[in-house]
Amino acid sequence: MGSEFRRLNFNFFPNDVKDQMEWTGDAIVLAARKHGERSAVVQLLTRTYGRHAGLMRGATGKRNRGVAEPGNLVAASWKARLSDHLGMLALEPMHQTAAGLMAAPRRLAGLASACAIAEMALPEREPHSALYDATLALFSVMEDHPGEEAIWPAAYVRWELGLLTELGFGLDLDTCAATGVRDDLIYVSPRSARAVSAAAGEPFKDRLLPLPGFLIERGPADAQAVTDGLVLTRYFLQRHVFDAVNKMVPAARDRLTNLLVDDK
Amino acid sequence: MAAPEIEHLIRLLTRLPGLGPRSARRLALHLMRHRAQLLDPLAAALTEAGRVLTECGTCGNIDTRNPCVVCTDPERDAGLICIVEDVADLWAMERSGAYRGCYHVLGGTLSALDGKGPEELKIPILVSRARESAREVVLATSATVAGQTTAHYITELLAKAQVTVTQIAHGVPVGGELDYLDDGTLMAAMKARHKV
Repeated sequence: MGSEFRRLNFNFFPNDVKDQMEWTGDAIVLAARKHGERSAVVQLLTRTYGRHAGLMRGATGKRNRGVAEPGNLVAASWKARLSDHLGMLALEPMHQTAAGLMAAPRRLAGLASACAIAEMALPEREPHSALYDATLALFSVMEDHPGEEAIWPAAYVRWELGLLTELGFGLDLDTCAATGVRDDLIYVSPRSARAVSAAAGEPFKDRLLPLPGFLIERGPADAQAVTDGLVLTRYFLQRHVFDAVNKMVPAARDRLTNLLVDDK
Repeated sequence: MAAPEIEHLIRLLTRLPGLGPRSARRLALHLMRHRAQLLDPLAAALTEAGRVLTECGTCGNIDTRNPCVVCTDPERDAGLICIVEDVADLWAMERSGAYRGCYHVLGGTLSALDGKGPEELKIPILVSRARESAREVVLATSATVAGQTTAHYITELLAKAQVTVTQIAHGVPVGGELDYLDDGTLMAAMKARHKV
């Protein structure tokens, strides 16, 4: 009965992205791992197909050098004999984000961190179109605002909050978890992931996480607020996303934090 | 089909870069046909290399002595350290003849997935070496996100050690035509433009 039901469901959604054996579309390169002498297993983030891997032949050859770099926007074409195979990828560069950020240590660290987190945190072949758009927007902010202390670190914190929301672990920052008030929210409860007001949180302030004002549109995104934001999102990423798979937040993320904290 | 010893030889040759089973078979056959001129000297050379090869404790180069010939060459500028990812990169620099300083071979780039952190890349050794004897450190890591992330990480550490850090240029290769260059290379070249 159960298997029949599944089969019925399967037929009911003939265009399920997981059952496709071929697709073409824009994608962001998240990572590329060398496979053999010239090939690489490339991880992409696509709007329709989510995080998707494929084998790219000649990835390290002269013609494709620099295409499969994290952060690059590419036109991808994937093909496999069966839908659950790794499949073959062909990539055409559309915009080489990484090349433009290589001389900027902090922004490059931001790009590397976002790609590493997306690669490790997102389930494979599950569409997250909002996160795809948010990632494009984040990279665009990084490129368009070259000042190292400009607005991109705040955009990065918002991107991580968005990632948590996409994965079903969004933070509730609208009202106080204890009193229901909407004003003076300055803490986040590490247990409930909800905002806590200054008055309600006072007795437990050592155990609460600071809530930076810019995340609720009530304060500037200065260096301290960005650092608080990074601490906040790191805590929930580790607890909800990486602890579940027995992993630590990627080293690239901690390097970004160290660089931004050093600037304070 | 062939004797087990020959099959074993073919299997080992298959594991060399660029060789598949068919090429390995051809190589093995060629070696066996030219036993006196090729097979025996090659076997002796491999045995000898396996016996004497060692990693330089100072720079990470692979040589037959420790410290290596580069580190002990009195004509080299010991105050200049070039950081490369791999021994192949060191050989490429040496081939160019453009550099007469010493090296530090990282053995890769910072990568959590490959389990390579600062310790694995011998970065603490590099920092203490730079503090003691370096006047300038030249970063020659690859122009990739991983290579440049590693370069920036080293720069931060060396800035604290008050050492001058420079980096090799990225951009248009000699003989390269702009029309055939990718956008990323052109972008890097434009950013690294200098006054003439």
